[in-house]
Amino acid sequence: MSYLSIQDLSVRLRNGLPLLRKVSLDVKAGEVRALVGESGAGKSMIGKAVLGILPRAVRLTGGKILLDGEDLLALPPKTRRQRIGAKAALIPQDPLTALNPSRRIGPQITDRLVDILGWKRPEAEARALELLEEVHIQSPGRVMKSYPHELSGGMRQRILIASAFAAEPKLIIADEPTTALDVTVQKQILKLIREMQERHQTALLFVTHDLGVVSKISQSLSVLYAGKVIEDTDVRAFFDAPRHAYSKALLAATPKYTDPDGSLMPVPDNIIAAVEREVAAFDAQMNE
Amino acid sequence: MQIVRALLTRLATTLVTLLGAAIIVFVVIRVVPGNPIAMMLPPGATEADIERLKTLYGLDKSIPEQFWIWIVNVVQGDFGTSITLRQPVFDLVIGRLPATLELSLMALLIAVLIGGTAALTATLYRDTKIEGGIDVAGGVALSLPDFLWGLALILVLGVLWPLFHISGRVSPSLGFDFQSNFFLLEALLRFRFDVVFDLLGHMLLPAFALAIPLAAIILQLLKQSLKECMHDDYITLARTKGYSETSIITRDALPNAILPTLTLIGVQFTFLIGGTVIIERLFSYEGLGNMAIDAVINRDLPLIQGIVLVFALLFTLVNLLVDMTYAALNPRLRHA
Repeated sequence: MSYLSIQDLSVRLRNGLPLLRKVSLDVKAGEVRALVGESGAGKSMIGKAVLGILPRAVRLTGGKILLDGEDLLALPPKTRRQRIGAKAALIPQDPLTALNPSRRIGPQITDRLVDILGWKRPEAEARALELLEEVHIQSPGRVMKSYPHELSGGMRQRILIASAFAAEPKLIIADEPTTALDVTVQKQILKLIREMQERHQTALLFVTHDLGVVSKISQSLSVLYAGKVIEDTDVRAFFDAPRHAYSKALLAATPKYTDPDGSLMPVPDNIIAAVEREVAAFDAQMNE
Repeated sequence: MQIVRALLTRLATTLVTLLGAAIIVFVVIRVVPGNPIAMMLPPGATEADIERLKTLYGLDKSIPEQFWIWIVNVVQGDFGTSITLRQPVFDLVIGRLPATLELSLMALLIAVLIGGTAALTATLYRDTKIEGGIDVAGGVALSLPDFLWGLALILVLGVLWPLFHISGRVSPSLGFDFQSNFFLLEALLRFRFDVVFDLLGHMLLPAFALAIPLAAIILQLLKQSLKECMHDDYITLARTKGYSETSIITRDALPNAILPTLTLIGVQFTFLIGGTVIIERLFSYEGLGNMAIDAVINRDLPLIQGIVLVFALLFTLVNLLVDMTYAALNPRLRHA
């Protein structure tokens, strides 16, 4: 049973330019699905559509988003907002800007529990302390009283992860959560996300452009090009034998330590041209 | 320890500022044409009469000498005697200061309430006709200075529809026996709401005249900062948590957006206090500003000096208050 099921989701710019072209993908309960694609392919846009945080310049033009069997887009705005707040959470990309600089850490973790889910404050605080320990933060009591600027980037990302798990959501969307961190910290954070996901049995939609990360964290993946899912498969099958020519080229373009110097391989032009034709054909078919 | 040192530094700079203001005013009012003696004596007074009066008020001495005598007395708490009103300057100023304080604080309150609400509403309804309407209203409010708003308010709400009093601070017919000069505060504390009502009837028009331009400035800057904040990542994150737009704006964006506005309010509030001089005159409101104009017309040198000193003290106090609030609201400054 899929916990999140996106069906034929279309998103356009206000001027009509399509950003997502009838995207469909499922994330089963407790499953980790990676969402890969180059910059501008629409990876983040999918996560934003699910969480109801699409930018004002774009609009949803069609499709369904089923969260726990309920079509989010059919709900009235207030109910939708609260449903998302209770059942899903975001691990954002940049830990340096995702915490409110003028609020202490504690309330930023507990606010959703108290205000949206109606917990008592002491319970919520106890829960926050527990979560901070789970993400391996030393002296969580002191951190709860700190302001974001007093903490390092790695610490802040741990806090954001703890905060995402606060309400025991059954779906977490991680939007390139390690891109803004330096390489040594990246690995720890990735491990932490994986660890938390397993312990809490949460479905995870992991948005990334790094295929190396995909093999470490996910069971299934969707490859996106120009807002269209061109391959939807499980990870082992993908790395063994990608079906789509673009996927093959993408995989071949991933640099390896064993490669000789200067052997970076971009996706070849003819393959790009082929995918572009495919997308154009799809658009033409839709417009009929 | 750090706080004590900061306060001491602040006190020292305040004293220097006050001294500077005192010197400038002291010299200027003695250098410009016209002097109190000429105002007091009937036409045809003899040279000898003039000299006698000058000696009486110490005006025959050199300006530095006069200043020295005045400042020594001020340090001892003696601000001199008003030439025209023949009462101690200190008592006169202290008697009038509460009226001006009440008026300017009321104006500030109105400006913050209107400007703040308008900015929050415009942010909530950004990129819609409502924001456009609020912007137009702000532009209109800014296009006239406070005293012209005063005149407009008098004409419309005082004469055309006489809903408000347009002159004085309180109706004498009320026969209320004030124990202090903080009329509004006192009436509130004594639960005399009929008196409060009458006081507000006098105070609201001049307060609005002072508040309208300031409200527009607050609106523009706060709206700008709020709209910038609304693109920040922590706002997006708060959205995913299930909060409504209204609570995101007030709880997450406002504390981050308010700092520039706060600094601006501080600066503009000192202008507003300056504006009371003309507004009080316009509404015959018995405050410090109204007294200042009389003092200047009559070349009442000791009174002018006393009033200027109080205004300068008010300005520096306002600035100090702004700095303290700023530090309290911005956690990044607290430990610095």
